[in-house]
Amino acid sequence: MFMEQLIEKYFRPGRLPHIWCPGCANGIITGALVKAIYRTGLDKDNIAVVSGIGCSSRASGYLDFNTVHSAHGRALPFATGIKLAAPQMTVIVITGDGDAAAIGGNHFIHAARRNIDLTVLLYNNNTYGMTGGQYSPLTPTNSKASTAPYGTVDRPFDLAALARGAGATFAARGSAFHAPMLVDLILSGIRHKGFSLVEAVASCPISYGRQNKLGDAPAMLKWQRDHAVPAAAYEKLNDEQKADKFPIGVLHQADAPEYTEEYAKIIARARKEGGH
Amino acid sequence: MSLKIIEARCKGCGICVAFCPKQVLGISEIEKVKILNASACITCRQCETRCPDFAIFITEPVPTP
Ligand SMILES: Cc1ncc(C[n+]2csc(CCOP(=O)(O)OP(=O)(O)O)c2C)c(N)n1
Ligand code: SF4
Ligand code: SF4
Ligand code: SF4
Repeated sequence: MFMEQLIEKYFRPGRLPHIWCPGCANGIITGALVKAIYRTGLDKDNIAVVSGIGCSSRASGYLDFNTVHSAHGRALPFATGIKLAAPQMTVIVITGDGDAAAIGGNHFIHAARRNIDLTVLLYNNNTYGMTGGQYSPLTPTNSKASTAPYGTVDRPFDLAALARGAGATFAARGSAFHAPMLVDLILSGIRHKGFSLVEAVASCPISYGRQNKLGDAPAMLKWQRDHAVPAAAYEKLNDEQKADKFPIGVLHQADAPEYTEEYAKIIARARKEGGH
Repeated sequence: MSLKIIEARCKGCGICVAFCPKQVLGISEIEKVKILNASACITCRQCETRCPDFAIFITEPVPTP
């Protein structure tokens, strides 16, 4: 297969060019997703892609799987329903930092707590891109936003740590610049049985980059190149060095009972003991 | 010639130009990618991998999974 054919295979016919701004990393991350799906060898019909609302969440509309473009923050409840009704299906959630960590934060921690077998691909552009650059729970402290013209005083979540604390059994972080590694991380997330978070550091040159004078699209990707450190090497840095960097790679992996499997056991028990 | 450009998709963001290790690519007057030096291309796929718009491809097969 050629790369152009691979993209065509997983995109709905006639949907490109997409609507994302010039240099927006969302296309790089969506490309990484379909490359990972190609490597799973799974049939398109056995995959569901569910997204919330935001620039990033528009990805579901371009992709040729069973797709749901749901409501802001609510991708995980929709995905949970699909997974419970059709546990054999591979369910992938596409979400933004606002979608997953702000309005959808409660759904996020509870899906993680249940360890339901979903793969969450979170496009982290540090802002509400679609609505013009308001700060999100993943906007770094002191960054400017349309709702924080002098810089935000909020501290951002470390979402991988939050997911781990809530009970997720897989958490990874990649970046658009390190796109081939991101493909590997998404593939590992899909293969992992249980709740998997793959945070993809994105770049929004328009709603976030401009306000923060981060330069053009290539400059924002170069920033990722220069500030991402493989997780093992990151652990060896001192606090001062860590402050300027972020770890990429698999950050957490564990074994725990998976929700739909446990639920199937309850159904079997209810059938037996209920006499049906 | 192993580079294919789909001009209608290109938004002229310059990412492929910035990360090409061999200065094969440039941006034209109409803000689209253009090939400056095809023979220097080493088919490393740096451009294809990071083009956010699926506008540049290497016409050599990718490995089957
Ligand atoms: C219930 C509800 N509240 C608010 C909005 C407005 N809204 C649309 S997208 C968005 C934020 C998107 O930010 P994020 O999830 O980070 O995605 P991005 O656009 O950055 O990819 C908001 C607040 C909405 N659509 N629905
Ligand atoms: S506003 Fe930002 S996130 Fe949204 S499409 Fe444009 S660059 Fe991408
Ligand atoms: S990266 Fe893609 S969209 Fe950007 S200039 Fe190159 S070919 Fe065009
Ligand atoms: S394949 Fe590599 S050398 Fe060829 S144009 Fe793309 S980035 Fe440049």
